[in-house]
Amino acid sequence: MHKPSKVLVIGSGPIVIGQAAEFDYSGTQACRALREEGIITVLVNSNPATIMTDEGVADIVYVEPLTVGVLTRVIEREHPDGLLPTLGGQTGLNLAVDLADAGTLDRYGVRLLGTSLDTIKKAEERSLFKKLLTDIGEPVPQGTTVRSVAEAKECVNSIGLPLIVRPSYTLGGTGGGIAWTEADLENISSYGLKISPSHEILIEQCLLGWKEIEYEVMRDARDNCITICNMENIDPMGVHTGDSIVVAPSQTLSDRENQMLRSASLRIIRALGIEGGCNIQFALTPSPIVAGTWAPDQGKLGSSQYYVIEVNPRVSRSSALASKATGYPIARVAAKIAIGRTLDEIPNKITGKTLASFEPALDYCVVKIPRWPFDKFAMGDRGLGSQMKATGEVMAIDRSFEPALQKAVRSLEFGKRTLLWEDPAWGKGAQHGLPFLQSNDLRVWAIMASLRREEDPDKVSQLTGIDPWFIYKFQNIVDMEKRLLSEPLEPDILWEAKRLGFSDEQIATLADRLPEQVRIIRHEWHLHPVYKMVDTCAAEFDAETPYFYSTYETENEALPLDGEKAVVLGSGPIRIGQGIEFDYCCVHSAWALQEVGMKSILINSNPETVSTDFDTSDRLYFEALDEESVRDILENEGSDAASSIVQFGGQTAINLAQPLDVNNLSILGSAAEAIDIAEDRQRFEDFLAELDIPQPPGAGVFSVPEAIDVAQSLGYPVLVRPSYVLGGRSMEIVHSDDELTRYLTLALELDSHHPVLVDKYIQGKEVEVDAICDGENVLIPGVMEHIERAGVHSGDSIAVYPGVNLSESEVNTIVGYTTRIGLALGARGLLNIQLVILSKSGSSSIYVLEVNPRASRTVPFISKVTGLPVVNIATKVMAGMTLQEQGYSGGLWKRRGLVGIKAPVFSMSKLTGVDNYLGPEMKSTGEVMGVDHNFEAALTKALLAAGLMLPSKGSLLLSIADRDKDESISLIKELYSLQYGFYATEGTAAMIKSMGFPVKMVTKKLDEGHPNVVDVIYDGSVDGVINTVTGGRIPLKDGFDIRRAAAEEQIPCFTSLDTVRVVVSAISGSGGKFSVKPLREYLR
Amino acid sequence: MSKRATLILEDGTVYRGDSFGSERTTLGEVVFDTAMTGYQEMLTDPSFAGQILLFTYPMIGNYGISEADFESGHIQVRGIAVREYCHRPSNLHSVQTLDNYLRDSNIPGISGIDTRSLTRHIRSRGAMMGILSTEMRDEDALERLKACPRYSDTDLVYEVSTEQMYQWPAVGDRQTDASAGIKHVSYNIVVVDLGLKYNIVRILSRLGCRITVVPYTTSLNDILALHPDGVVLSPGPGNPSLLGDVVDVVKGLIGTKIPLMGICLGHLLIGKASGTEIFKLKFGHHGGNHPVRDLATNKVYITVQNHGYAIDDSTLQGGFEVSQINLNDGTVEGICHPDLPVISIQYHPEASPGPWDSSYLFDRFLAMVGKSTDA
Repeated sequence: MHKPSKVLVIGSGPIVIGQAAEFDYSGTQACRALREEGIITVLVNSNPATIMTDEGVADIVYVEPLTVGVLTRVIEREHPDGLLPTLGGQTGLNLAVDLADAGTLDRYGVRLLGTSLDTIKKAEERSLFKKLLTDIGEPVPQGTTVRSVAEAKECVNSIGLPLIVRPSYTLGGTGGGIAWTEADLENISSYGLKISPSHEILIEQCLLGWKEIEYEVMRDARDNCITICNMENIDPMGVHTGDSIVVAPSQTLSDRENQMLRSASLRIIRALGIEGGCNIQFALTPSPIVAGTWAPDQGKLGSSQYYVIEVNPRVSRSSALASKATGYPIARVAAKIAIGRTLDEIPNKITGKTLASFEPALDYCVVKIPRWPFDKFAMGDRGLGSQMKATGEVMAIDRSFEPALQKAVRSLEFGKRTLLWEDPAWGKGAQHGLPFLQSNDLRVWAIMASLRREEDPDKVSQLTGIDPWFIYKFQNIVDMEKRLLSEPLEPDILWEAKRLGFSDEQIATLADRLPEQVRIIRHEWHLHPVYKMVDTCAAEFDAETPYFYSTYETENEALPLDGEKAVVLGSGPIRIGQGIEFDYCCVHSAWALQEVGMKSILINSNPETVSTDFDTSDRLYFEALDEESVRDILENEGSDAASSIVQFGGQTAINLAQPLDVNNLSILGSAAEAIDIAEDRQRFEDFLAELDIPQPPGAGVFSVPEAIDVAQSLGYPVLVRPSYVLGGRSMEIVHSDDELTRYLTLALELDSHHPVLVDKYIQGKEVEVDAICDGENVLIPGVMEHIERAGVHSGDSIAVYPGVNLSESEVNTIVGYTTRIGLALGARGLLNIQLVILSKSGSSSIYVLEVNPRASRTVPFISKVTGLPVVNIATKVMAGMTLQEQGYSGGLWKRRGLVGIKAPVFSMSKLTGVDNYLGPEMKSTGEVMGVDHNFEAALTKALLAAGLMLPSKGSLLLSIADRDKDESISLIKELYSLQYGFYATEGTAAMIKSMGFPVKMVTKKLDEGHPNVVDVIYDGSVDGVINTVTGGRIPLKDGFDIRRAAAEEQIPCFTSLDTVRVVVSAISGSGGKFSVKPLREYLR
Repeated sequence: MSKRATLILEDGTVYRGDSFGSERTTLGEVVFDTAMTGYQEMLTDPSFAGQILLFTYPMIGNYGISEADFESGHIQVRGIAVREYCHRPSNLHSVQTLDNYLRDSNIPGISGIDTRSLTRHIRSRGAMMGILSTEMRDEDALERLKACPRYSDTDLVYEVSTEQMYQWPAVGDRQTDASAGIKHVSYNIVVVDLGLKYNIVRILSRLGCRITVVPYTTSLNDILALHPDGVVLSPGPGNPSLLGDVVDVVKGLIGTKIPLMGICLGHLLIGKASGTEIFKLKFGHHGGNHPVRDLATNKVYITVQNHGYAIDDSTLQGGFEVSQINLNDGTVEGICHPDLPVISIQYHPEASPGPWDSSYLFDRFLAMVGKSTDA
C-alpha cells in the first residue's frame, strides 16, 4: 500500500456525554504521528477547546461544523488522498461512513485509511456483526435486529425477559435500556427505533450480573496482532462501561480465562480486518456467589462461558484509558498502522528500546471511576444502566487495588468526599438490601456503609453482582477504618493505612486528629510516598518515561528534576462547569514553560486528556489534585525548587492556592492574596469601591425579613445565592417576596451560619473579558458579548467576538475597568472579568459582576479568534517575562476581520429527570465555535454545529410566560413570515390568535386529553420548542415535561427569547452562504 | 499478624516482608517474571526448579488454585516473592488458596516487599542467588547462602525429570480428560522429559498423538527402540552445559532424520549438539509479552518466554540458521536447518501461562512428522 500524502482527520466535535476529551487526545496523537511521516494533515473540528485545533498540531485546521456538507467542501478544497475515520469517536466514524455512502470519497479519490467501510459496517451494524461472529464460531448473546415495536415484542417469547435494547449507530448507548416487562420493552423500543439513524434496534438476551471484560486490540496490515491490555468492569454487565468503575488489568480472571478471551479478541479483529485499534467487550460467567442470584443456569455449568458483546472498530474512551493505564500510545500507533506501518517498525517511545509490537506488562493496579453530574443535577435520575450518564472520569494508579480505589475517589473532587462519606439520609441503623445497593452514582459509598454495618460481603456481592474479590477489598478498607478508630496511632498502623490508600484527612477523622497533625507525625516517622514509573514493561527494561504515580513503598524512582521548574496543576475530571478548556490551558502552559527553558511538571487525574500524555510535559504525576497529593509531590521535587501554577486548572487548581500559600509553597503568577480578594465577597466589594468601579448593589442576609428589606430597597428581580455553596443549590433569580421567602427558608434551613447574598439582578447585556496582566500592562485579547441577557450562566450563553452591539465608549470603559482591576489586584497572568451593561435611554451603566484571577472557559475560544497564544503569553509573564519583552503592549488587541461565535452544547437527552431551561446554573457539557467574516454566517455555523438550528421550515411549539409575551410578539411575526406553523399552549395560543395568525392549541396538562404538549413533540408534529418560564421554583414544574420531551426527541428547545432572536436572524439572513476555510485564513 | 520473612540476595541486599505459605528457609536463584496472570502454571513449571520466583505483577493469589491449571505434579519453584498476597481469592474454578497450596507443598513465600525495586535491582545487577527465611538471623542466612551450590552448577534436570518412562495421559491430569475432538492421526511421539510442562503433551495428545514420556537419561537406542515418528525435547531448568550426555543423544537423533522438536532447553541442546555456543543472559527472559519475528514470513508473534541461557548466533554450525529473533534484544529465538526436519525454538508454544499465539508450531511439527512417515 502506498503512503498517502495528505490526510483528512475528522475530530469528534463538542464534548457530550459519551464523547469527551479522549478524542482530543487521540486526534492530537494521530496528527502528530502522521506529520512525523511527512504527511500533510487536514483537521476538521467544531470544538475550539481542543489542542488538535491549534496551530502546530495539524498542518491545516478547519474549525467548522461537522456536517457532510461542510466536510465535502473541505474535501473539494483540499483534495486529501486519505481519510482517517477511526480517531474522531463515533462522530468521526459516522461522518466518514456518510461521506463514503454519499459517494464523496470515491468522487474525489479519497481512500479510507486503516479500516475499510465494509469493516466499519460489519462492526457497527448489529445483524452483520452477529453473522460475522457466528461464522467464525464466536458466541454471541441470542438476539435479533428489529425495525418495529411489534417485531420487538416477539422476542419476549423467542428469547425471554429480561431483554436488552440497543439502537444502532448511537453514542454512548443513547436510547438503549433493559426491559424487565413487556411494557418496558414497548417504551424503550419505540424510542430506540426513533433515534437510531438507521431506525434499527437490537433486542438481546440480557446478561445482567455477568462479568464484563474488555480487551484493547491492535492489528497491522501484515496481520500482526497484539492486545494492549484487558480491563475488568467492577460493575457487572448491565451498567454501561462508561458508567462502570473499571480496573486494569483484570483481577479475577485466571490465565486460562484471560487467554481464552485474548485469543477470541485476536480472532475477531482478524475476521473484521481492522488495521488499527479496536475495543472488544465480553461477558464472562460470574463467580458462583454472584451466579446464584444473577445467572442460576450458569452456576450449574461449572465452566467459563463467554459471549462477545460489542466491538468498537476505532479508538474509544476505553482505548484512551488503556493508553494511560499502560503507557502504550494507542492512538499514535493506530494512526501509523493506518498509513501502512507495521507494529514491528514503530518504536516504543516509552522505553526507547523496544518496539510497538509487544504487550505492556503492568506492575500496578489502575482504577477508573466515572464522574457523574448529579452534584449539579440533584433532581436527575441517578440510576445507572445501559445509558451512559458520566461526563468524565478519573483514574488512579497504585501498587494494589485498595489505594488505587481510594485515590480515585479523592480524585473525583466531590468536595472533600472520601470513602468515609455517607449520605446523612442513610442514618445510623442497618442498611441492607438491593434498593440500597442498586447501581447508581453513590453505590461505592453505599457498599462501604453496608460493610460498616456488618453486612456479609458475600451478601453484598450477591445483591450487587459485583465479584466478591472486589467486595473483600472494600472489606479490607472497612477493617482498617475500624482499627484506626480503636487502636493508638503508631507507625505500623499508619504505614498500613497509607498502603491501603487512606488520606491524611481520613486518618485524622478516624483517629481523632487534625489532617495537618497526621501529616506532621507522618514526617516525624518518615512515612512519605515514593513515586514509581509507568514504563510498559514492569521494570524489565530501563525506561525513561517521565510518568509517575505515588505509592507507599521503599524505593523512589522520581528523583527531583534538575534545573528551573514549575508545576502546572491540572483540572481533574471533566464535569459540568469545568471542561476540556482547562486541560487545553494546562497543556499550553506546560509547553510555554519549556519555551522559556523551564521544566514543566503536570499533575492531573484525568485519563482522557492531552495533559496526561507522557510526552506533554517534562514530568507527569498521575495523582489526585488535593492538598495532600500536591504537597507530597512538591516535597518530592524539593519544596523550594518548584513553584506551582494554579491559574489554568479551573476551580480545582485555584482552590489549592490558599493551602499552598499557608504552607509557604510558592505560587507562580498572581498571589493567593489576589485570589482571595476576588473570592471573598466583602474584600471584593471594598476593592471595587476603592477603584470606583460599580457593581450591582446588594447585601448578605441571615433572615427572611432582612432579605425582604434588602430586596425591596433594591427592587425586584434580585439574584440570590448562598455565600457558601451547598450541595445541589445555587443561584436563582427571584421576582417576588414569595419566591424570596421560599428560597431563603430553604437555604437557611440548610445552613444558617453563612449569609445568603441578595444582589440587584440587572437584566442587561452580559459581557466577558479575558486579559493578561504583567503588573505594568494589561493586554486584553478581546471583549465578548453574550447573546442571552444576564441571568443565564455565561457557560450556557452564546458568546460573540467582537461584541457586535457594543458602542466604542462601552468598549473603552470595559478596557479601562479591566486595566485598573488587573493592575490594582497585582495580577500576574490571566484575568477574567464578567460585566453587565444596562442601557437606559442612550446612556449605559457598566457593572462588574465577577473577577476571576485565572484562566476562564473562554480562553481557547478567544485565543482562536484573535490568533493570540493567550496561555503562552500568560505563562511567560508568570515566569518573569513582561508583555513588552514578549513584544506586546497593553490595551485591546487589534481585531481581525472575523466574527467568532461560541455556542453551548448540552447532553440533556441522556440525563432523564434533569430540567434543561437556561438559568444561573450551568448545564452545558461542551461548546462549539462558528467563525466567519460576518455575524450571520458565523452564527449559522455555530448553531449548526451546536445542533440548535431550526430546519428551514416546519412547526414550532410555543409556551411563553406572561412576563415575556410582549417581547415575543415581534419574534412570532418574524417566525410567521418565515412560514413556520405554530402549536401553542392556551395563553400563548390566544395571543397568537389575536395577532391574526393560525395556531393549533394544545393542552399543557398531560392527563387532560390529547394531543397535549408532549404528544406533538413525540409524534414529530413540531420541529422546535420555545418555552420561557415564570419564576424560579425548583424544580420548575411549569413546562418541565415540554422541555424534557424536546430533549429526548433531540429537537431544539429555546428557553430564552434572546436565543430565539439570533436563530431567527440566522435563518432569515444570509447565514446560509457561509464560507468554509482554514482558521488561519479568517485571521488574515 | 503473620510471621515475618526475609529475603537476602548474595550481594547482601535485604528485603523484609510477611511470610505466607510454608514457614521455613529456602535457597535459589532469584528471577522475575512479568506475566500478569498464571501464577499457578508458573509455580508448577519445572523450568523454574532451583529458583525463587519474583512476580512483577503485584497482586498474587487473586483467583486461587484450580484443578485444571497444573503444569506438573507439584510445585517446582523453591519459593516465591510477591508485593501483595490475596487472602480471599474469587474464581469459579478455585478449589483452594495459594497459601494453602504452598503450605501443603512445603514451599515458603514472602509478601509485602517492594517487588519493583527488587526487579530493578536484578535487572541492573543480573540474576543472583537468594535465601528466603522465616527463622534465620541475617548473618547466618547470608553465610548459608554463600556456601550453597550455585544455580548454574546444579543439575536441576536430574531433580525434575521422570524416573520412569510412561504413557501420557498421566493419571490425574484433569485437562486431558476434557480433550474431546481428538483428530485420528495417531503418530507415535517420544517426549524426552528435561522438565516437561503438561501442556505440551496435552496439545500433542489433542492433536492425536500417542505419547511416551522418557527420562532424560534415556539412551539413543532406547529411544529408537520405541519407533518414534517424532521426538520432542522438552523445556527444562538450569545450565545446558551440564547435560553433555543428553547432547550426545540429540546429536544421534539429528543424525537419524527423525523429525525433532526442541523447546527452550530442548532447543539449546539442539544448538549444542550442532556445535553452537550457549551463553547466560544477564537476567533472562521471563514473561508472556516477548515479540519474536519469524524471519521467513516477517510476521511477529507475542511469545511466552522463560529462559536464562541463549544461543550465540555467531557460532552457529552444521548448516543451522537463525529462523526467529527476539525483537527486544535481538537474541536467537529459533533455529532451523534447510535439510533436516528440525523445529527448534527458544520460547514456549505451549503457553500456559501466556498467549496461545504460537501453538501453530505443534501443527507444523506434526506436518513434518506426517511428511516423514509418508516418505
